[in-house]
Amino acid sequence: MRALAWHGKHDVRVDTVDDPEIVNPRDAIIKVTATAICGSDLHLYDGYIPTMQSGDILGHEFMGEVVETGPKSTLKKGQQVVVPFTIACGSCYHCGKHQYSACDNGNPADNQDIGMELYGQPMSGLFGYSHLTGGYAGGQAEYVRVPFSDVGPIVIPDGVDDEKVLFLSDILPTGWQAAEYAQIEPGDTVAVWGCGPVGLFAVQSAFLMGAARVIAIDHFPRRLELAKRFGAETINFEQSAVYEALMEMTGGIGPDAVIDSVGLEAHGLFVDNVVDQIKASTFLGTDRAHSIRQAIVACRKGGRVSMPAVYGGLIDKFPLGAFMEKGLTLKTGQTHVQHYMPALLNAIMEGKIDTTFLISHRMDLEDAPKGYKMFHDDQDNVTKVVLKPGFN
Amino acid sequence: MTDTNVAHGDDAPPASWKKGDAIAAAGIGDGKGETVIGRSVTINRPAAELFAYFRDFANLATFMENVDRIDVLDGKRSHWVVKAPGGRTVEWDALVTDEAQDQFIAWASEPGADVANSGRIEFRDAGARGTVVTATILYDPPGGVIGKIIAKMFQREPAIQARRDLRRFKQLMETGEIATAAMNTRQREEELA
Repeated sequence: MRALAWHGKHDVRVDTVDDPEIVNPRDAIIKVTATAICGSDLHLYDGYIPTMQSGDILGHEFMGEVVETGPKSTLKKGQQVVVPFTIACGSCYHCGKHQYSACDNGNPADNQDIGMELYGQPMSGLFGYSHLTGGYAGGQAEYVRVPFSDVGPIVIPDGVDDEKVLFLSDILPTGWQAAEYAQIEPGDTVAVWGCGPVGLFAVQSAFLMGAARVIAIDHFPRRLELAKRFGAETINFEQSAVYEALMEMTGGIGPDAVIDSVGLEAHGLFVDNVVDQIKASTFLGTDRAHSIRQAIVACRKGGRVSMPAVYGGLIDKFPLGAFMEKGLTLKTGQTHVQHYMPALLNAIMEGKIDTTFLISHRMDLEDAPKGYKMFHDDQDNVTKVVLKPGFN
Repeated sequence: MTDTNVAHGDDAPPASWKKGDAIAAAGIGDGKGETVIGRSVTINRPAAELFAYFRDFANLATFMENVDRIDVLDGKRSHWVVKAPGGRTVEWDALVTDEAQDQFIAWASEPGADVANSGRIEFRDAGARGTVVTATILYDPPGGVIGKIIAKMFQREPAIQARRDLRRFKQLMETGEIATAAMNTRQREEELA
């Protein structure tokens, strides 16, 4: 089959590789009909993520048609499914509590050692995202082997356009969980750092959860424009001072809840280069590394901090004093995708959540390297690239 | 074990001790040789089920990566064939030296083993979380050429190996399969080779 493989920094290619097969009883094979490039794929593209190997197949946002099933799969051939980016077994203690991204068993045993060393516990498996999270082949391919297919993939009703439901795989549940973790109360003002896909879905979700006002912060005009479309007020941090603006916009109180959906560019599940990356972020003084600090300082007393943004290592100059003195609460974590999928599919079908607005580019899987370059070089205009095998 | 812990001065299990005779406290073997002590994992299944699977030694090769096969000889004895570097294998007969239904199994190699070893696995009920499984392995590499090979083999971080084996046991018991990123059966066979 054809698949987008990583070969090094800024070097991704569509290669011909072996077809996947059923390996374990609960597996299914999915013929991919649509797959997206995620902002976090750019971290792989930029070479920030260790434990990548040349030839690794990328992609963790994908959907398609079931073409083969193992004896313990509950899927049926011909079904259209969206696959969660987290690989969870459904039977461990954490899955029992719907903490799917904390699954004990989705990550192969040998790959769990690095997580133990770095974080004290291994994380679950993820599709197409380095060997730290399992080394699973991803979805930017014609076919994918999907483990635990009786737990993960959600079956989509006949006749629904792929583009409406594709983002159930990652960014929509991630934005929704971010808003949920902000514990929004009716009438709240919520500030969202970062108007990428997750931030934009957090904006929509926050309103659905009863926020009176959402204030979106970014520096890409087109992305701020999209946030405005969903009713958010905006702050362009290149044109205005964020803290001062937020204080004035909230009558000196500060937002009731703040959401950091930016994270570190070099968010990195980094192992060897922790120090380098800290130095880099400090030296560069990037706005990105700044977002969580700024969010904590801006948040009102007794407010809530939600952090869907991915951080992988250590961070210095964390405003622990502000956090403690103001009595804030922080909730964060990888998304428990499987937990949110059914309700969010309903919300899409009922027209409560708009998903397709995000897609700026559609192209053939064969053109994926071009898609990566465009997305990397022009984040203002390229909001989301969807790849479709056989699109041309 | 409790007495020893009192002597040690706190309630921390021997596997975490910085001071004191952890091997003696683990209550296994004669204290000689190398030991991997007290690797624990919690498995979301009843102790009886885990005990029954483990007590059939023929099952162990399914999740123990270094074990090529184990033949059950009778109710107490089994023959172990374990992978060694360079495509070799080392072998021994093991005898169940003590056991309590659904609680623990202790075994030791019989005289003439390529590598003398003993082990103990305990199953403790953990209520809604399932069962805490603790494995303790003690081995004593012999001298000579084969000893060097075996020493090298066990230098593959036995603590890490034991931890990985326990994770695979957990995966198998909880999910019915062992997680792998292999895309197809050929890759899976290469992993297992």
